[in-house]
Parts: sequence; C-alpha cells; structure tokens
Amino acid sequence: MAWIWFHRFGSPPHFYRIAGKLIPWLAWPAAVLCAAGILAGLTLAPADYQQGDGFRIIYVHAPSAWLSLMVYSVMATTAAVGLIWRMPVAHAVSASCSTLGASFTAVALVTGSLWGRPMWGTYWEWDPRLTSELLLLFLYLGYAWIRSAIEDVNRADRASAVLAIVGVVNVPIIHYSVLWWNSLHQAPSVMKFGKPTMPASMLAPLLMVLVGFTLYFGAVVLVRARGELLRRERATRWVADVIGER
Amino acid sequence: MHFLRMGGYAAYVWPSVGLTVAVMLLNVYWARRAARQALAVARRRLQMQREGA
Repeated sequence: MAWIWFHRFGSPPHFYRIAGKLIPWLAWPAAVLCAAGILAGLTLAPADYQQGDGFRIIYVHAPSAWLSLMVYSVMATTAAVGLIWRMPVAHAVSASCSTLGASFTAVALVTGSLWGRPMWGTYWEWDPRLTSELLLLFLYLGYAWIRSAIEDVNRADRASAVLAIVGVVNVPIIHYSVLWWNSLHQAPSVMKFGKPTMPASMLAPLLMVLVGFTLYFGAVVLVRARGELLRRERATRWVADVIGER
Repeated sequence: MHFLRMGGYAAYVWPSVGLTVAVMLLNVYWARRAARQALAVARRRLQMQREGA
C-alpha cells in the first residue's frame, strides 16, 4: 500500500497534478495562521517578566530557525531518496528547498542578532548555536552554488545530494548545541521533551506561527518543484500533455 | 502609540517582524516567477515542435 503511494507520488505527472491541487490547501491556512499568530504574539501575548516586550521577537525568530532546520532535513532526505532510488521527483523537491532554506537561515541569524543586542549586549558572539547556524547558511549556499555551477542535471543532482547528506550532521548539532555546550543562547522552551516552559497565552501564538510556517514551506516548495519538473522533463510526453491541454 | 513603542524595544522588534514578512513574501514571488518561467519555456518548446512537424 505504502509502496504504491510511493511510486505514484514518484511519477512526475502524478506529482505535478497532486501538487497543483494541494498548493491552495496549504497556502491559505498558512497565510491565516501566520498572520493571526504573529499579530496575537505582538498584541495578545503578555510581556515577558524578564525581557519585557523584547521577547516578542520569538514569534518570528523561532519559526524562522525551525524552518532553517526543517527545510534542510527535507532537502537532505529527498536528496538521499533521489540518489538511492533515482527518483527525479525527489531531486526536484530537493533542488526546490535551498533558496527558501537559505533565506530563512539568514532571517533566523538577523532576528537572533536583533534579539541578542538588547538582551545579551551583543549582536554576534562566536557561540556554538550561532556558529553552527551560520555554517548551515553556508551549506545551503554551497548546495545552491553546486547546482548552478554544474550544467548536466544528473551530475548536479548527485554532487549536490552528497553535500546535502554530509551536511545533515550539522542539524542535530544546531539543535542540541544549547544543551551540550555552555551557550549564550537560551535553552529550548517548546521543542523539547516534557511540557513547554511557557504559559499558554504566550505559547498558543507561537504554535500557530510554527504550524503556519511549516504549511507555508509546503506550498512554496511545491510551486517550485512543479516548475523544476517541467524544466527537467521538458522532452517528455506528459509535459506536452499537461501544457497542451488548454 | 504604546503598542508601536514595544516597551522600548521597538528598534529590535519591528525590523525583525518586517524582515521576516518581507522574506516570506519574496519567497512566494520568487517561487511563482520560477514556475511561470518554466511553464513559458515548456510552452515555447512545444509550439516550436508543432510548427516544425
């Protein structure tokens, strides 16, 4: 059963159609959740007892940082699937991740730095969390650079996949860095075992933005992957069928 | 007005929110532009094939 689904989703024309139908179902809830969550975080959530209103940066910083890690995991997993099963759809999805991933890694770094300035007294510190997140940005940029530098699609797929898979070791390092080392960065308050260390009125808007960002990524990556498939499969019959049908 | 002041943290909170929203919108724009261009190229290719045949 799962294998049939796997093969169906792995077939480019099926993927193209299903993705096209799925996009609005991801995009609209994403827009509503992100807007409502960020607004609620800026207005309804109570000010932090230590950080005052400055803590509200969390409502854009934490979801951006979450995306930076989640998108990388998706990019590396689909790269591995593409490499092992020679699936063009998987490579197309992987290739569709790097722009969004890199830009949200940059957002996480900049918003973190804007948060660090008033709270820690510095924009930047060569701290384990900050340094490993910066390395993540370079991994995304390296991946994108390999893809743009290699003309042949199959070779670009393989070379970039190897980089993505090797770089995945950085993901747990970033996540656990604040626990493993004595970091300036605060410990996780949501993404951890046990109860979140936050009152519900602060947590609810954050969870909305986290879910919203995840759906948003789904919509954007599918839009990109459809374009990517058209580009790769331009010589095939199904592309002619799809674009010739109107 | 009180809301905009963000308890003295306005200079840190508002640029963070502005940047995040701007990057979200930009990624939507970039993705749609890439998809549109791919479709246009595929259409042109098909057209040329049909005219050639």
